[in-house]
Amino acid sequence: MDAAAPFDPVEFKKHLRQYYAVFVALACLTAITVGVSYLRLNRPLAIGVALVIASIKASLVAAVFMHLISEKKVIFALLALTVFFFLLVLLLPAMTTLEGGRIL
Amino acid sequence: MSETVIPYMVKPNPVTGIPNGKFAIWLFLASEVMLFGALFSSYVLLRTGAPHWPPEGGLSSEILNVPLATINTMVLITSSITMVLSWASCKLGDLRKFRMWMASTIALSFVFLVIKYFEYHHKFELGHYPSHDNFYAIYFTLTGLHGIHIIGGIIVNTFLLTIGTRMWKTDPEHFTNRVENAGLYWHFVDLVWIFLFPALYLL
Repeated sequence: MDAAAPFDPVEFKKHLRQYYAVFVALACLTAITVGVSYLRLNRPLAIGVALVIASIKASLVAAVFMHLISEKKVIFALLALTVFFFLLVLLLPAMTTLEGGRIL
Repeated sequence: MSETVIPYMVKPNPVTGIPNGKFAIWLFLASEVMLFGALFSSYVLLRTGAPHWPPEGGLSSEILNVPLATINTMVLITSSITMVLSWASCKLGDLRKFRMWMASTIALSFVFLVIKYFEYHHKFELGHYPSHDNFYAIYFTLTGLHGIHIIGGIIVNTFLLTIGTRMWKTDPEHFTNRVENAGLYWHFVDLVWIFLFPALYLL
């Protein structure tokens, strides 16, 4: 929520519907994640599908529940820096194992 | 004795455009991302380095209890919406509803921990401790750290539901900001589980 914006209860109540919609979407995506795992896809495809669904779920939580959708630039700058270092930490070991020709 | 007051806890700081408490919680969450990031990285390293994952054979979904973890995922997702609704109730000036939604969030947090207890208990009965192999080592480390975060959330939320509510009478806007900050932390805990669940249980 934008702390500087004047508070409008009517407008605010519209957000409540958004919260319920995201909740339903998260529940459905969880069911899809579990359902897909029973399809016994090959491992790279299964990892790809699970990661995509998890990323969609995480984006919904961050955008709507954490109000990132209406957040200030300073938070995005902070998150961009965090994501950069997160990916660095995550990918460094993976890149070392790639030399051996094996990943996941 | 003069009282030290942290500035811009209600109104936005002119430099950042948001209240200081909110900026602080985002900085804290950034450090949390790196904490879990390091462990996820360890997970990737252990997994790519193993000839078979899990090392003892089979699939993660056959070793771990997927139905229980799915229920726990739903419990956390539900607790996320109750948390955001508790904040929304504060914004709308309804303390009674805030109490109801916040109590629900805390109750769901306990449900999550109880389910986790049954999962751990079953593994210990089978003699599967963190020392069993790399799979169980990373499973217990990641889910254990996540569980500690759940306990942290319960402590903060219980404070807001009980003693912390006193602030509602004196400074409701500040109290609402506190609930929002606690909510940001809680949604982050949910967010971590969203990735832990498929990574550990399904893949």
